[in-house]
Formats: sequence, structure tokens, C-alpha cells
Amino acid sequence: MARYVAGRLAGLVVLLLLVCVFTYLIFFKLSPDPALMICGKTCTPDRVAQIRASLGLDKPFLTQLGDYLSGLVVGRDYGSGPNLVRCPAPCLGYSFQSSQSVTQMIVDRLPVSATVAVGAAVLWLIIGIAAGLLSAVKEGSWWDRTAMGLALGGASIPNYVLALTLQYVLVVKLQILPFPSAVPFSEDPLLWFQSYLMPWLVLATGYACLYARLTRANVIDTLAQNFMRTARSKGLSPALTMRRHALRPALTPIVTIFGMDFAALLGGALITETVFGLNGIGKMAADSIAKNDQPVIMAVTLLAAFFVMAGNVVVDLLYTGLDPRVRVS
Amino acid sequence: MSELLVVEDLTVTFPTSRGPVDVVKDVSFAVGRNETVGIVGESGSGKSMTSLAVMGLLPPGATTRGSIRLDGAELLGRPDREMRRVRGEQASMIFQDPLSSLNPYYTVGLQIEEMYRAHRRCSRKEARAVVVEALTQVGIPEPERRAGYYPHQFSGGQRQRVMIAMALVCSPALLIADEPTTALDVTVQAQILGLLAGLQRETGTGMVFVTHDLAVISSIATRVLVMCRGEQVEYGDAEQVFAAPRHDYTRMLLESIPRIDDEVVL
Amino acid sequence: MSDVLLRVRDLTKRFTTRGPYRRKNEFTAVDGVSFDVRLGETLAVVGESGCGKSTSARIVAKLMEPTSGTLEFDGEDITHAAGARLARYRAKVQVVFQDPFSSLNPRHTVERILMAPLDYQGIAPKGGRRAHTRELMERVGLDPDHAHRYPAQFSGGQAQRIGIARALAVNPKLVICDEAVSALDVSVQAQIIELLRRLQRESGFSYIFIAHDLAVVRQLAQRVAVMNKGRIVEQGPCEEVFRAPGDPYTKTLLAAIPRINPAWDRRRRAAR
Ligand SMILES: Nc1ncnc2c1ncn2[C@@H]1O[C@H](COP(=O)(O)OP(=O)(O)OP(=O)(O)O)[C@@H](O)[C@H]1O
Ligand SMILES: Nc1ncnc2c1ncn2[C@@H]1O[C@H](COP(=O)(O)OP(=O)(O)OP(=O)(O)O)[C@@H](O)[C@H]1O
Ligand SMILES: [Mg+2]
Ligand SMILES: [Mg+2]
Repeated sequence: MARYVAGRLAGLVVLLLLVCVFTYLIFFKLSPDPALMICGKTCTPDRVAQIRASLGLDKPFLTQLGDYLSGLVVGRDYGSGPNLVRCPAPCLGYSFQSSQSVTQMIVDRLPVSATVAVGAAVLWLIIGIAAGLLSAVKEGSWWDRTAMGLALGGASIPNYVLALTLQYVLVVKLQILPFPSAVPFSEDPLLWFQSYLMPWLVLATGYACLYARLTRANVIDTLAQNFMRTARSKGLSPALTMRRHALRPALTPIVTIFGMDFAALLGGALITETVFGLNGIGKMAADSIAKNDQPVIMAVTLLAAFFVMAGNVVVDLLYTGLDPRVRVS
Repeated sequence: MSELLVVEDLTVTFPTSRGPVDVVKDVSFAVGRNETVGIVGESGSGKSMTSLAVMGLLPPGATTRGSIRLDGAELLGRPDREMRRVRGEQASMIFQDPLSSLNPYYTVGLQIEEMYRAHRRCSRKEARAVVVEALTQVGIPEPERRAGYYPHQFSGGQRQRVMIAMALVCSPALLIADEPTTALDVTVQAQILGLLAGLQRETGTGMVFVTHDLAVISSIATRVLVMCRGEQVEYGDAEQVFAAPRHDYTRMLLESIPRIDDEVVL
Repeated sequence: MSDVLLRVRDLTKRFTTRGPYRRKNEFTAVDGVSFDVRLGETLAVVGESGCGKSTSARIVAKLMEPTSGTLEFDGEDITHAAGARLARYRAKVQVVFQDPFSSLNPRHTVERILMAPLDYQGIAPKGGRRAHTRELMERVGLDPDHAHRYPAQFSGGQAQRIGIARALAVNPKLVICDEAVSALDVSVQAQIIELLRRLQRESGFSYIFIAHDLAVVRQLAQRVAVMNKGRIVEQGPCEEVFRAPGDPYTKTLLAAIPRINPAWDRRRRAAR
């Protein structure tokens, strides 16, 4: 088991390295020269060369990549002499736009994205699984047909449509909720909750619809299994039969899918955060793309890749714990 | 003679794309206490469906007609809530396909234990002891440890014996065994048949024994029901069915038994 | 060249399980098993329940890695075959599993199940899928009109025959039958045995036939291996082993075969 985990983690590191190389190649080599952009309109060739030197852009590609990677692992120095700037360990460079440390930007924004992701996940898990279960147990009833019809429709509404509609109806028209603002929980819990409510709802809707359909299909499959007949033949109560024998087999595959979805959300909800003006990773990504802020783009790409791949590993480990048939020996 | 189980004119119908199909047609038989009735017949002739009908465990969609009385009380048409009290306690069943009939997510120990605890008031520790005892009886090696194994960690025959142990753990009045020894070699089969006979002596269990092994039937059953394509082609004393079969199908069945020629065996 | 199709040497499989307090526990299910299967031959494997027959079969079918030992197929070492070589091997070796329902995808129709091995190899059946399915189903005595049913709508013996039909769908060289006829009544069993023999005669199939019904083994197999507690205790031509069993376990096995009450049987024959 320990060996398996170690192997998976090693694989994770190798994959991340590959992602690093590719994103670096794409963002720093193939996109417009950042020095020209930083320099702006009033620019002299000297100034450009100076900027390039300070950013290390005059070095060969492999050296640049090596610097970037070593910056990630041990930190790096920018410039020289009196202008020397020390960028500590997980160094992701400095934003071309605001000159802030990208690492610091992420540290500041991650809690917002995490709050969005966790809240939405709780919502969609509860709603999706409950609705799916009820539909499966009452297969073919009016409840089943209505719920599944809604789920089919709900899953196909684009997030920005939902977000803008909710904002228009709840904030502008009915004025039930204030305009979202990033207040910390400790300052004003009510405002905090109200601010996050809409992003949660928007993100949870699509997923809840998906999970309801998934849960329903899995539970129906499980109920048709021969072992459910055995459970009934024992004279167990229907509640125990359902809880013990049907739920675990039906929900185990959902746990794995959930892990992936949640990990992807941690990497930032681009549209939702932008619409509601939440200062999370998603909004940061959107802004950086709009302004071609390469170090930031690079960082958010890496971060998203890291979350997805780490989620993958966690899910696999979880799965070996949940399904005795795939337990590694 | 007071019969434990009386099945009269049982018909099981499935809706199919080509209209309703009777997979069991007007089958009647009876099982007394302390008696074994054998059901033999062609593959797909409705033996399992007859067994499942008695337990009230037919797949959804199936409809039944006729009458099934256990201890004089009608079972057909009873709501599931009441059937629950019958299942496990009064009647239990050994299913045909052991691997798919066991839940892959739980240890076999737990799956046997929950059956016992559903009908007997006892602590988990007592139940565990009963489980180990049951596994020992059916000849599972290292029963304490194996109780903690998952179904996929057993061999085919061992899984079948787990099913048997499970069905016996509450000493039911009626035991329905659907091909309980198909995956067992002859020595273990003999051991299991001995165990069932012993149980019958002790508790007077009535048994329905579905099999295609005519030799086994001839050694344990007092009455035999022969089925073909959902119909009952012959029903009577074992001796009569084996020594003087009335129906061509029975005769053909007895004729096609492959034999190990007597002289080659020591 | 020898006519040995499959050569198995010193096959060993140890299972590690974890008991309470995460204590490791090792169990040797297969212990130094060696045997050959010749071209066009049936090797029967018999033995006590839990003696390692299915485990050996799974290893030979490359569904499980052995702890040690080697497999050689058609002169090629396939113990650690992977990728394209494994796919080629899989196409030539088919398995009929012991538990019929668990080996059939409950969400696929019979037609889809029977065509899966062909699809896997990218072969289009002659005369179309429908006709090919019908032919396969008829061969094993199933109603071809049931091609669009799902496995759950069949009886145990019928599901087992779907498994047999699937294994025969692709003209394999070796078929591993793990208790493939154990759920069948004697008349259908006779039909399947006849089918297996005909295919062997006409197409030269080899079989590894795991069974506990010694009478069936005697009908079908040229050679038999008797296993006990993970080892092969006796191996040889069927006739010899059955006439003069050398190992005490084989003797017990032969002696325990149940028989129809001989008096009844005599009376029935006399009446005929
Ligand atoms: N859900 C279903 N819908 C339609 N027909 C079904 C369904 N389930 C079973 N059948 C049919 O009912 C018939 C009887 O099945 P049953 O399982 O009782 O046979 P059996 O006598 O137990 O056979 P075996 O010895 O092969 O187990 C079979 O022909 C089968 O195809
Ligand atoms: N995954 C596993 N983990 C641990 N033990 C296992 C596992 N699979 C099989 N075994 C054990 O290995 C032994 C051999 O099993 P196998 O299935 O090969 O027996 P078999 O000869 O096919 O018996 P049967 O005739 O009952 O099917 C059994 O004691 C079984 O409990
Ligand atoms: Mg059956
Ligand atoms: Mg086996």
C-alpha cells in the first residue's frame, strides 16, 4: 500500500513537470514578447533590452525554464546589485501588470475560491443525491419524471445565463440579496453568507442536476442486482436493506466523480467569480488572460493542473478503500 | 399428513415484447416436515422461478396465480411487510449464482451475521460465534479468518457453501435450495448433503431441493417433481419416478445421464 | 516442433490478505503447478473445492499475475506479455467463467455480449451481426428470438450457455471452461459436450476443462490432472487415472460419486 501511494505521488510529480514544460513553452515562447508589453507605448530598444535582461528573457529557453522550475522548488533572485529581489520558495514570478508576487496573489485568493467550491459542493451533493435517490426508489412516478426532466434542463443552462438571471432577479428586481462583496466571515457573517449564496447556487445547479441523474441510474442498477434479492430474502428491514446493501455500491462511483469535479472547481470558477465580482482564482485567471499577464496565466494553469491531478490520486486511493475488489495487496 | 408447504396450480407470467409468457404453468406439489422434495428439469424450465415465487422474491414485472400455503397460511398476495417476517425465519433460500448473490462490498461474516441478528436477539459477539460455527459446518477452512474475507476472495464452491451457511443460520422451517451443490466436488457435496440431512433430523426442516443431478435427488428426495418448459411433467414418489417413469421426458433425462462405467471404478 | 500448445511450469500464486490489526496473512492458492496442453487436446482439471483450479485458470487466461512460474503459448513466452502481444494472446484464448451472471454485463443485450469478442478484434461477422448471433445461440440451444434480452432475463443454465457461446464466437485456439456445464441438466449438457467435441474435431480447439463431474470429464477429456491443496497430485491419460488411480485423494474422489439407487435403475431398464 505504502509503495503504491509513493508510486502514485512520483507519477504526480512527473506529470506536473511535463505540464510545466508545456505551459512554459506555450506562454513564454509562443505569445507576444512580454518585455514589449511592459515597456508600453513610449519605448526605446535600450529599455526593452533592459527589461528583458531583468526578466531573464535574454537567456536561452532551457535556461529560462530551468530558472522557473528551480524558482518553484528553491526560490530565485531577480535583477542584480541593489535592485536584487529575492523571491522565496514556491516562486511563480511577479505579475507583469501589478508587479505583485504571484504566489502571494494565489495565497490571497485561494480562500475565496475554496469557499465557493466547498459551499457549492455541499449544496449539490445534498440536493443531487437526495433527488436521485427519491427518483430511483419511486421509478416511473410523477416525481421521478418531473425531477429528471428538470435535471435534464438544469444541466444544460450555461452558468453565465444562470448567474446573470439570478443577479438580476434577486439583487436588482426583488432586492432580497445585496450585491456580492468579499467580506470575511468574521466581520459580518450574514453579509458573508448572502454574498456567497448566489455563486453557490449557480455552481451547484448544474452539478446537482448531473448528480441526480447519476445517482438515480446507479441506484436503479444496484436495486436490480442479485444481492439485493439475497438481502430481502434474509428478512431485513427495508431501511437496512437500502442503507447497507444499495447505497454503498451505488454511491461509491459517485465519490470518485465528485473528487474530480471538486478538484477542478478549486482551480477557480472563471465565469461565476467574474460575474459576481468575487476575487478568487477564477477571476484572477480571467483578468490575467484579458491582459496577457503571462506569469499569472502560467501560475493558474499550473494550479488547476495540480488540483485535477492531485484529485485524481486522492480519488484512486479513496476508491481502493471503498471497493474491496480493487484493494491493492 | 400435515404438509408444511402446499403449492397449487402455481403460474408465473412475465410480460415480454411478444405478449405475456408463462414461465411456470400450473405447477402443484407439497413438502412435508422432515421431508425433501426434489425438483429436476431442463435448463430454463422454471425451477428457479417456482422457488422464488414461494419466497415472494420474483423479479419485478412477474405476476403469479394459484396458491402457495406455508403451514396453512396463504403466501401469495401477502404484502411485502408481512412476507418479511416469513423470510429468513420460516423460510430461507440458497440462491443459484453465489457470486452475484453476495454483496461484494461486505465481508461474508457480516452478511451471515446480519441475517442472524435480524431474527435473534443477541450481541454482535454471540452472532460472530454463530457465524464461525456456521462456516465451520460447511467446511470452510480457517473459519475465523475467512469470516473477514470478501466474496471475491473465495473459490466458487466456497462461495456456494457461504450461501448454504447463511440460509441455515436461523434453522428455518422450510429451506429452498436452488442448485446448492453445482460448484462442489463430490466429496464436499457428500459432506454438505450429510449436513442438510443432520439438520433435518434435528429440526424437522422441510426442504425443496432443485438440482439437475439425478443421482443426488435419488439419494435424498422422497418425492420428485419433473419440469419441462414451465410445465410439470411428472410428480410422485422418488421410487416411482426413477424406477417407472411415466413421461417420455423423464425417461429421456434418465437415459442421458453420463456414466462412469461401473467396472472402471474400484 | 512439438505439438504442445500451452506449457505451464511451476505456477505459484500467493494471496496476501490483511486480517485484524492489519496483520498480513499469506495463503498459497496454487503451489508449483506444471502441465502441458497439446494441440487439439482436452485436459481436464478436477479436485476439491478451493484447491486452486479457478486461480490457475485465471492466470493462464492472463487475468491475474502469477507470483512465480512461466507460461508458454505456441512456443512463445507470454508470462509477462503486455500490449499488442497480450491482445493477440487474448484473441486466441477464451474463458467460460464459473459464475455465469457475474461474467456478463447486465446492461448489454445478448447480441452485444456475443459480438463483443469480435468487436474487440475488429472483425465483422460473415452474414451480419444478427445472423451470426442467431447461429451462436442456436448452437448452444438458446432461443435465437431472445437475442435482445438482457442477462437477468435468463435462467442460470441459460446464462452459462451465453458464456459458452461467447467463448466460441471467435474461433479460439484454447478454451478454458471453468465449470462450464455444471449448471446444465443432463440433456443440455450432452448437447454442449457434443458441440465441444465437434469443434475440436473440425477446428482443432484445445480445452482446459475444469469440472467436478467425473463422468463428464471421462466423456470429454483425453488427459486429466487431479489437484489437491494447490498442487497437482496426479496427472495422466483419463482411462489410466480412472482405472487405476495412484493417489489416495483420487481414490476418495472416485469413490464419492453419487449414483442413482441401482435397484430403481435396474427396474427401469428392465421395464424398457
Ligand atoms: N425477467 C424475465 N423475463 C422474461 N423471461 C424470463 C425472465 N426471467 C426468466 N425468464 C425465463 O423464465 C424461464 C424459467 O427460468 P428459471 O430461472 O426458472 O429456469 P431454471 O429451471 O431455474 O433453469 P436453470 O436450470 O437453467 O437455472 C427461462 O426460460 C427464462 O428465460
Ligand atoms: N483474491 C483472493 N484473495 C485471497 N484468497 C483467494 C483469492 N482468490 C482465491 N483465493 C483462495 O484461493 C483458493 C483457491 O481458489 P480457487 O478459486 O482457485 O479454487 P477452485 O479450485 O476453483 O475451487 P472451486 O471448485 O470451489 O471453484 C481458495 O481457498 C480461495 O479462498
Ligand atoms: Mg435456475
Ligand atoms: Mg473455481
